Amino acid sequence: MKILVPVKRVIDYNLKPRIKADGSGVDLANVKMSMNPFDEIAVEEAIRLKEKGVATEIIAVSIGPAKAQETLRTALAMGADRAILVEAEDVEPLAVAKILKAIVDEEQPGLVVMGKQAIDDDSNQTGQMLAALWGRGQGTFASNVAVDGDHVSVTREVDGGLETVKLPLPAVVTTDLRLNEPRYASLPNIMKAKSKPLATKTPADYGVDVAQRITTLKVAEPPVRQKGEMVASVDDLVAKLKAKGVVA
Amino acid sequence: MQVYEAPLRDMRFVLDELWVDDGFGELPALAEFDTDLTNAILEEAGRFSREVLLPLNRSGDEEGCHLENGVVRTPAGFKEAYKQFTESGWASLAAGPEWGGQGLPERVNKLVEEMTCSTNLSFGLYPGLTHGGAIALEAHGTDELKQAYLPKMTSGQWSGTMCLTEAHCGTDLGMLRTKAEPQEDGSYKVSGAKIFISAGDHDLTENVIHLVLARLPDAPAGVKGISMFLVPKYLPKEDGTPGQSNGVWCTALEHKMGLKASATCQMQFEDSTAWLVGEPNKGMAAMFTMMNAERLSVGIQGLGIGEAAYQSAVWYAKDRLQGRALSGAKYPDKPADPIIVHPDVRRMLMTMRANNEGCRALGAWVARALDAEKLSPEPEARKRAEDFVALMTPIVKALFTDLGHENAQLAVQVYGGHGYIRESGVEQYARDARIAMIYEGTNGIQALDLVGRKLGAHNGRLLRSFFHPVSDFIAANKGDGPMKPMIDGLEKAFGALQLSTATIAQRGLADPEEAGAAATEYLRLFGLVAMGYCFARSTMIAGMRVAFGAEDKDFYKAKITTATYFFERLLPQVSAHFLSIKAGKKSMMALAEDAF
Repeated sequence: MKILVPVKRVIDYNLKPRIKADGSGVDLANVKMSMNPFDEIAVEEAIRLKEKGVATEIIAVSIGPAKAQETLRTALAMGADRAILVEAEDVEPLAVAKILKAIVDEEQPGLVVMGKQAIDDDSNQTGQMLAALWGRGQGTFASNVAVDGDHVSVTREVDGGLETVKLPLPAVVTTDLRLNEPRYASLPNIMKAKSKPLATKTPADYGVDVAQRITTLKVAEPPVRQKGEMVASVDDLVAKLKAKGVVA
Repeated sequence: MQVYEAPLRDMRFVLDELWVDDGFGELPALAEFDTDLTNAILEEAGRFSREVLLPLNRSGDEEGCHLENGVVRTPAGFKEAYKQFTESGWASLAAGPEWGGQGLPERVNKLVEEMTCSTNLSFGLYPGLTHGGAIALEAHGTDELKQAYLPKMTSGQWSGTMCLTEAHCGTDLGMLRTKAEPQEDGSYKVSGAKIFISAGDHDLTENVIHLVLARLPDAPAGVKGISMFLVPKYLPKEDGTPGQSNGVWCTALEHKMGLKASATCQMQFEDSTAWLVGEPNKGMAAMFTMMNAERLSVGIQGLGIGEAAYQSAVWYAKDRLQGRALSGAKYPDKPADPIIVHPDVRRMLMTMRANNEGCRALGAWVARALDAEKLSPEPEARKRAEDFVALMTPIVKALFTDLGHENAQLAVQVYGGHGYIRESGVEQYARDARIAMIYEGTNGIQALDLVGRKLGAHNGRLLRSFFHPVSDFIAANKGDGPMKPMIDGLEKAFGALQLSTATIAQRGLADPEEAGAAATEYLRLFGLVAMGYCFARSTMIAGMRVAFGAEDKDFYKAKITTATYFFERLLPQVSAHFLSIKAGKKSMMALAEDAF
């Protein structure tokens, strides 16, 4: 069984993003970029499934700028077998899902494992859209994945606790934080990654129009938190709340 | 607070830009190590260091090692981290592929070493010594020994030590007493006691392989009667796994100033089965194969701590609010300005920064020579590289560790009273950095090695490997361009170096004590000139990058500023050292011993 793992190149999770002066977006010039942490978990899960003998081949896909090649090399160094880069800038979730659908048609994977969301735009849409376009089941926010024959059981982290769903394969699984702890790429694997195949494509190769459909009006820093105030007693607190009109 | 982010941008600068024309020519063997690959390696090494090694640095220092029932246990977390470290292949990165290593060039290896030393020097000693032991074994061991031990030492499954020091002899190994008795089967029985043995015993690996200096029964007195032996903690069974215990014990752990998570052991050997490595009575030469490699690595330890100290100091200088800037409040909305606004704090931070960048650039040059020495297709280039490494080894060891220590002290100073408190983390750097000036040959011994052995060798041929590139660089760049102040400054400092060299050569010939009295200052002067050369080259490259609109021009501008600070504020120390050297030994040696 093949596993397809889409990975996104995003601003490094350790950094505090800076907003561009004109408010048009986040300033990415000379900023450290890394693989989206949720996608890292997806790559790790795919490798574990391969180590268990469930998967035979892991294909990493990235839709992004030419530099997303580095992100794919990271996936290859962790243990993916080959990679596909679809070169495009600022692609919206629906277009990403359409491109992934075209790749799924071509590659016929048994499972698509991907991060539940990317930490840059926090859309949390692509996995769900892909499942819909593909007409297959989805197990989102996975904290446990178990493949059994032609089904996969996915334990999901939901507000009320844990929910386990069983999906017929092929299916889409999106990963949550607690699914696993991604490994460090080993030095021999980093060196091997260099010679693993990496195909470069364009959205046009898959017949997908990636024109922007969403207009960003303005990107701004969150408002600075106002200084708090210590109150002497409960009565004091109630009085203040009343004065602010928060309680009647 | 101990913070660390691998200085990847500067590392890429010294790796990919600064020494493209290093004078040693192309090395076709390294063609596969292109920028993409080395970037990936450095990034992952940086991540591993920060996420796995750094969190164990302070806890390891607080807990230290334990000797329980004759067995040494490392601090909590070390065993797991070591497992991850070896499984990820970092232990074997520089070792040759024939023994299962990754065959990484030294130019990359030394940068990875720096990261390990920055984040957890105690931890780094375990794989570091193993690597040194493997080098000595590879150079001098029999094929049988190599087959039995090298693959496991390369992978890090077994670790190594070097057992030289005894209670009564450290620098003067000619006095050592551990003895080796030949056995009928060609092996030996080694008996004796050693002290200060780093990684002598621990729980990270299933076996520990000691390289022990000892005397044969018929050995001549002094250093010419010392042989090197391989003594495993457990004798390997037929299938290669560790078997019977071999009479090797850790009798005590040393109580040290720093590096507390590194097990420094007193070792007892009792009729331990041993095998000769190299020829009888040639143990010192064999051990020096290891020592030279180790000396460069110890220099990198100094740089590593120096970088960690710098980063931790910068973090604090931006975080600590105290007083107002002399020129008026810079952050009126805050109760006080961060202390980074003050000139004296800037002096400390800039000095640390310049020390690090200068050492990193110089270290990168020497690392390239190590690669060229091994891999250049041109015999003449190999020779020149070998000369250069021999000349620079004592300088890298002593200069880098002196400056690493200086940086650690400056970091404590930046933190003020909090720097003296354990929880701040920076006093650990001050303690950990201190040993690097002492072990693998004290810095005084390094200075003697430089003036005593290296200057005069082959009629000054070693010196030419440094003097020629510098004088060529000055000659090629003299003139009225923007580089004028720097080239003039370098020329003056280089002149002082040449004059000092001539003075020492002349006086030392008549009176060896004169050379000894000048040695330490001379080594520092030499080091400053070498750093000056590195900074001048860096500035030329950075200037061009800025002029041609490089993407990250902030990095290059900062590089030029740091270089300018070095030339204006640190390189002038050359004049002081020059005057000290000129003064000679007289006042140093005049006092009668009774007067002390």
